[in-house]
Amino acid sequence: MTQALIYALTGAVLFMLGVRATLLRDALLPRLLALNVCGAGVFLIFVSLAYRGDSLPVDPVPHALVLTGLVVAISATALALALNRRLREMADE
Amino acid sequence: MNNLLIWPVAVPLLSALLALLWPRRSTWIGVLGTALSLLAVVLVSRQVIESGAIELALGGWSPGLGIALRADGLSVLMLLMSTLVSMAVAVYASVYFSRSERRSEFWVLWLLLITALHALFLSGDLFNLYVTLELLGLSAVVLACLGGSRESLQAALNYLVLGLLGSMAFLIGVALIYAGYGTLDMAALAVAIESGPTAWLALSLMTGGLLIKSALFPLHFWLPPAHSNAPAPVSAVLSALVVKAALYLILRLWLALFDEVVTQTAALILGLLGGIAVLWGSWAALQAERLKLMAAYSTVAQVGYLFLFLPLLAALPEGTTRDVALGALVLLALTHGFAKSAFFLAAGVIMQRAGHDRIAELGGTARALPVTAFTLALAGVALIGLPPSGSFLAKWQLLSSVFITGQWIWLPVIAIGTLLAGAYTFRLLGYAFAPGEGVGPSLSVGREEIPAVLLALVATLVLGFWASAVWELVPISAYAGGEG
Amino acid sequence: MAMSVWLPVGILLSSLIPGVLIFFQPEERHRLRTWLNLLGAVIKLLLVGMLIWGVFHEQVFETRWTMAPGLEFVLHADALSVLFVSLSTLLWLVTTIYAVGYLEQTPHRSRFFGFFSLCVTATVGLALAGNLFTFVVFYELLTLATYPLIAHKGSPEALRGARIYLRYTLFGGLLLMIGAVWLHTLTGGVEFVEGGILQYANLDQSTLRWIFLLLIVGLGVKAALVPLHGWLPQAMVAPAPVSALLHAVAVVKAGAFGIVRVIYDVYGVEFAAELGVLTLLGAVAAITIIYGSLKALSQDHLKKRLAYSTVSQVSYIVLGTAIVGPLATIGGLVHLVHQGVMKITLFFAAGNYAEALGIHRVSEMDGVGRRMPGTTLAFTIGALGMIGIPPVAGFISKWYLGLGAVEAGAAAWVLPVLIASSLLNAAYFLPILYRAWFKSQSTPWPADKTAGCTRELPDALLWPPLTTAAMALLIGLLAAAPYSPLEWAELIAGREYRQ
Repeated sequence: MTQALIYALTGAVLFMLGVRATLLRDALLPRLLALNVCGAGVFLIFVSLAYRGDSLPVDPVPHALVLTGLVVAISATALALALNRRLREMADE
Repeated sequence: MNNLLIWPVAVPLLSALLALLWPRRSTWIGVLGTALSLLAVVLVSRQVIESGAIELALGGWSPGLGIALRADGLSVLMLLMSTLVSMAVAVYASVYFSRSERRSEFWVLWLLLITALHALFLSGDLFNLYVTLELLGLSAVVLACLGGSRESLQAALNYLVLGLLGSMAFLIGVALIYAGYGTLDMAALAVAIESGPTAWLALSLMTGGLLIKSALFPLHFWLPPAHSNAPAPVSAVLSALVVKAALYLILRLWLALFDEVVTQTAALILGLLGGIAVLWGSWAALQAERLKLMAAYSTVAQVGYLFLFLPLLAALPEGTTRDVALGALVLLALTHGFAKSAFFLAAGVIMQRAGHDRIAELGGTARALPVTAFTLALAGVALIGLPPSGSFLAKWQLLSSVFITGQWIWLPVIAIGTLLAGAYTFRLLGYAFAPGEGVGPSLSVGREEIPAVLLALVATLVLGFWASAVWELVPISAYAGGEG
Repeated sequence: MAMSVWLPVGILLSSLIPGVLIFFQPEERHRLRTWLNLLGAVIKLLLVGMLIWGVFHEQVFETRWTMAPGLEFVLHADALSVLFVSLSTLLWLVTTIYAVGYLEQTPHRSRFFGFFSLCVTATVGLALAGNLFTFVVFYELLTLATYPLIAHKGSPEALRGARIYLRYTLFGGLLLMIGAVWLHTLTGGVEFVEGGILQYANLDQSTLRWIFLLLIVGLGVKAALVPLHGWLPQAMVAPAPVSALLHAVAVVKAGAFGIVRVIYDVYGVEFAAELGVLTLLGAVAAITIIYGSLKALSQDHLKKRLAYSTVSQVSYIVLGTAIVGPLATIGGLVHLVHQGVMKITLFFAAGNYAEALGIHRVSEMDGVGRRMPGTTLAFTIGALGMIGIPPVAGFISKWYLGLGAVEAGAAAWVLPVLIASSLLNAAYFLPILYRAWFKSQSTPWPADKTAGCTRELPDALLWPPLTTAAMALLIGLLAAAPYSPLEWAELIAGREYRQ
């Protein structure tokens, strides 16, 4: 089993754990954390894909994709947190 | 002239920036930006109709390394629907939000939503699709909570989380495709993808993610609260366009990219889910006490109809009959887009006038708001699938495909679904045409009533009598696997 | 050449355009509304006159428009369409005048006349439909246009009646559509051709029987074949002009006309007989005729009695269609017109009784003949025609139906049905005439709105029933004259049996 494959499989496991928690948890924060675990899994898979053997340079495309994906994930998380805060404020009022 | 392709994306994006910088003029910028996007789409469409599918390699980098924009018949039809609907909704929104504090926020997000939609319909690259899907999802979520109520925030938040989950599933599929084929360009993939475990897994994950976003039963539960609690113009685009974007991607994946991979069983499963969605959504719409909730459940049902086509398409041999069925699917999606947006706008007019949208208290609507009542009736005709609406033609061809393929199980689904749609539409019209004071006194026709009635007329007359154009455009494909 | 394309479209537009314009008129502009209506009706009448002349001389009038691959919107005028088009156009004109008088000072008249015109447009579209697809389009449009007319009063009963009507017709429309699509898929297109097309198509016979069942049940809902007739008595809550139009021209006739179309111009009557489906249809028609008459007998409510009478009478058309042979065909087809003219007279009269004296029940009609002689005269002619007493038109229909039964060797069961039904007709109409003419008023009128007036009723209410009553007499008396309904039915029968 190559190192890249181990990473990829780890990514897959992380993804599945994340999906499970996102669907089963009720409270927002755990769900959001789970989503981020999901994301981490996906990005790990992407990064492991970049490996093309010891003699070849790594593939830059997956790296670029992961960067974009990170940006998206961060903004989405921020949005969700902001919404959650607004909801809390409304509940307090 | 292929540079034309950049404009349907660039125009709304630049307008969004302008609206952000100049909030006091945001309404003007919003409406004008939408109108210019419409113009850009019309120019692209003309080009495609005249000379076939067109492609633009962004920044001059050829696909493979760079990213391509592509327009073919299917994308042009979706673009035209989205831009015409958004034009009408923009005019309505300019009245709806005219006194709202959230006006400028609305217009910035609105233009971003259009940017995302247009980019999605034009994308020729899988990863780019993921980005547009996220952009679309995020702007839709923020628009959905502009209502400001607790329910709308809660619904939007749920929508966001599930949408993100869908995108993640889609993205992991993209990763698998890249691992398997070393490219994300859809034209190259259309040729390269062959049946195998990688392709299978990728297709399942991507489809699964998109099913959440297109709200196919049993993944529909987020839709009714999100769509019914958003402000009316937002509900209109969410139901009419945003859901269709996910469906468009499923079509692209199933028919162009993974056409070798798709099996009859997989298509049958989606068809069955679609069938349940038709029955369950229509039933829930019949039980709904609020107008907008009814409309939202009706969307669940209509999405189900679209999925009924998949097993039929999988069973039909490539050629004319399959093209006819595909055209009918697209026509149904277009008709629903126009009819449902008209419906939501009309519901918005009623809500603003009456202060509520409880169906049982809508007596007197026909007298106080005749144009809006007429809009509801027209949109209802299109939702049931009665002539002369586009959905009547689509349903005719759907039934025809059922007879050709011998997949009789869909016959009762379509029949019962139609009767239920008739029941919920005429239940509403019964209340709206009954005497009563529920909506206040009669006033002159408001400017905000016009966009809705125009949308409804497109659904019931234009898409009925001039539907042949759909069947002429659909076979123009940019992908070798070919829808055509 | 252009004429032959535009004439069918013009006939549709002559009621569609006024209808759409009327929707936008403010309530109080009743003069403009009336002019628009009458202008449309007169233009339509002129255009139909041109059509009659042209079709008689075997000119082809056809408009085609592709709506989807394989689905063409076709308007085509043949002899059968002309029969139905002329009937609806003529009676529309009369009914419009009556409705203007009847609905004076009531609310929502713009809406009413708008849908009224749309209803006629849909009916004329049905008549001119050149293929099954176009027929289905107009069949559904007719449902949509009539629903608001039945619900017009907005009262709970009106809404309930409309809802029941809708339940039946949407269901019927759906079955018709499924049958039509199925047939369309098998044949690649179902044009209406005199003599039928399916006998040459070489299709599986049991499939064709199933499709026939779907189509006939779909059409039978509107034609009010037992047991699909339940909506018709409920729809009686509509204003009198609507009932008149529904029973004489629009909805019920659309169903009957559709059955005629399917049997003659899709299946071909001889092929349909070969399939064995006509026996069943004939039996259903016979049951409907007897059942409708029996139910009519026990109704005290005048409009309900008339409604059940319609159930019974419309099935004469179906019966004539189900018997193979030109004479029965003539009897059925000519009854399409005769029943329309006679039944509209009866409904106008019933509306007048309600309008002038508040009479809704047969038991309230004692001595009404002396108070309202004009209306009662018209009612009498209509009723005698329904019974089949010469020289009123109804006699001609029954005569040809009887002859057709003898010719086809079906006399053994058709003649008893005809005789029984005529006796029943007499049993439920003659007591009304007796009460109206020979009894003296026993109770005060329920709501005497014309007390002290010198005239029985305003012209717009009195003349329409008198006109249609005169028509019923004339088309009976002059049945042998050129261009009479009978002559025209013979022309159609000649063309249907030409092959």
